[in-house]
Amino acid sequence: MGKKQLLSRLLQMLIVLIGISFLTFLLTYLSPGDPVRNMYTATGIMPTEELIQQTRDEMGFNDPFLTQYFRWLGNCLKGDFGNSYSLNKPVVSLLSARLWPTLKLTLMSLGIMLILAVPLGVLSAVYKNKPIDYFVRAITFFGVSIPNFWVGLLLILIFCVKMKLLPVVSSGGSFRDLLLPAVTLAIAMSAKYTRQVRTAVLEELGSDYVIGARARGVRERKILWGNVFPNSLLPLITMLGLSVGSLLGGTSVVEVIFSYPGLGSLAVNAITSADYFLVQGYVLWVAVIYMVINLIVDLSYNYVDPRMRLRR
Amino acid sequence: MQKKKSFFRKNVVFTIFAVLAILVILTAVFAPVICGERDPYEGDLAQSIMKPSAEHPFGTDKMGRDVFTRVLYGARVSLLSTFILVAVIFVLGAILGVVAGYFGGAVDAVIMRIADMMIAFPGLVLAIAVAGILGASIRNAIIAITIVSWPKYARLARSLVMKIRHTDFVAAATVTGSKTMYMLRRYMFPNTLTTLVITAATDIGSMMMELAALSFLGFGAKAPTPEWGYMLSEGRNFMQNAPWMMIFPGLAIFITVVIFNMLGDGLRDILDVRSE
Repeated sequence: MGKKQLLSRLLQMLIVLIGISFLTFLLTYLSPGDPVRNMYTATGIMPTEELIQQTRDEMGFNDPFLTQYFRWLGNCLKGDFGNSYSLNKPVVSLLSARLWPTLKLTLMSLGIMLILAVPLGVLSAVYKNKPIDYFVRAITFFGVSIPNFWVGLLLILIFCVKMKLLPVVSSGGSFRDLLLPAVTLAIAMSAKYTRQVRTAVLEELGSDYVIGARARGVRERKILWGNVFPNSLLPLITMLGLSVGSLLGGTSVVEVIFSYPGLGSLAVNAITSADYFLVQGYVLWVAVIYMVINLIVDLSYNYVDPRMRLRR
Repeated sequence: MQKKKSFFRKNVVFTIFAVLAILVILTAVFAPVICGERDPYEGDLAQSIMKPSAEHPFGTDKMGRDVFTRVLYGARVSLLSTFILVAVIFVLGAILGVVAGYFGGAVDAVIMRIADMMIAFPGLVLAIAVAGILGASIRNAIIAITIVSWPKYARLARSLVMKIRHTDFVAAATVTGSKTMYMLRRYMFPNTLTTLVITAATDIGSMMMELAALSFLGFGAKAPTPEWGYMLSEGRNFMQNAPWMMIFPGLAIFITVVIFNMLGDGLRDILDVRSE
């Protein structure tokens, strides 16, 4: 990626962020819940109409929509995302406390996924249309069709309720706490990735250089692991980047099931208790992280794919 | 001389799963007939949390309602809402994509930038936020998933329209005085149809899972609606004593998704010449 492209990418990211922030702000503005009333009821006070109106004025909720939006956006740029009224803490500190557990969960599930998907995918490609390939394809088919929240519940039922091997509620600290949520997330992903690895390896196996190497008598194992496999990693990297992003935002269902203290369960609670600053902050954060990761993925092509370097 | 095989003989997999899909739909339609007297909403508290038995094949829940009946009625809610969702995304995405591709210029720029914005963002996060803020209901869950899912269809439709936009037959039609609406209806939209139908068919399963996930989190169907995702979240609280409350609704989602995914794949193999 050249300098010019990078610049236009950054500009694009900025536009997307402004759009996302505007959309979430508009939605919360239009939503039927009243943040001031919620704030008081959360602290256990039954406010009078007068008090509510007064607080609304003080907090600027009676200002025109655009004034409110730009004030909020300005504060965000300064790093102040407002206060969460259900938890009575700054949004920034709440989000940053939950970021690490979710990141751990994301990385661990990606790790488990790779351990499952890469061997299965390669195996299924090498033995194309043999029984083992059909078997792997059948598994991946069921893997993409099974809802991950049901997998999570079944795993809890088997390992926590019936066999009593693991704790039902995970506090997010130890390896044991991470295991089941990570496996739950990894199962559906593995199915998707196994298919991807299979397709990529098959494509490489069909290319001319493989025929050439075979004709020269290079050993099949060397062709597979020395040439074919590294070359088929490229599409995998793009997908991994996308997965990190969608995991950071999309683990909420699994986090809720396992009562895992990550970003997703925080967001779900924030939405249920109409804690709008927290919701807005969360959406913006996830958007930024997602886009930065995608940018890094695109930049990493320069190093992984020599063709990209030559093109400049 | 080779005998010409019939369509069904040639596409065995597709036929099998088409029959199964029709069976699922019929089950949903005729749920009241199959369940007879049993009511998905009214339970007998004296019979709460009973193990699966001959009388209650899937057991009963905390309100004493028959889980089998609720799963069958749940097929109505889940299937109908999924079909509505896919239809809405299909129509919205196709219209916006065709319009963007046909007119180009500023219209195209505006529509596609909004689409880029939606794609450059993890879908479920926004869907949860939208559904949560609008308030829990199936309708709002459908709106939320539509907002994050239409760009895929719009992009497809746009690229297909762009492909034929500058061909001779389109130019000929314009020169001979075809009105814009006629152009869109007669040439542009039909051109996108096959690809979009394939995409929609393969998406039914994942859309059903997304809707169920939103209901599971409490942003979709509400009590006492028999909806599979919501039933799972009810069952979650009774996992120790009544695992059947979560096993059967989950199984229902799983089986239905498998059938519709297989059907979608089969349809793609038939309609899409390229995958041969």
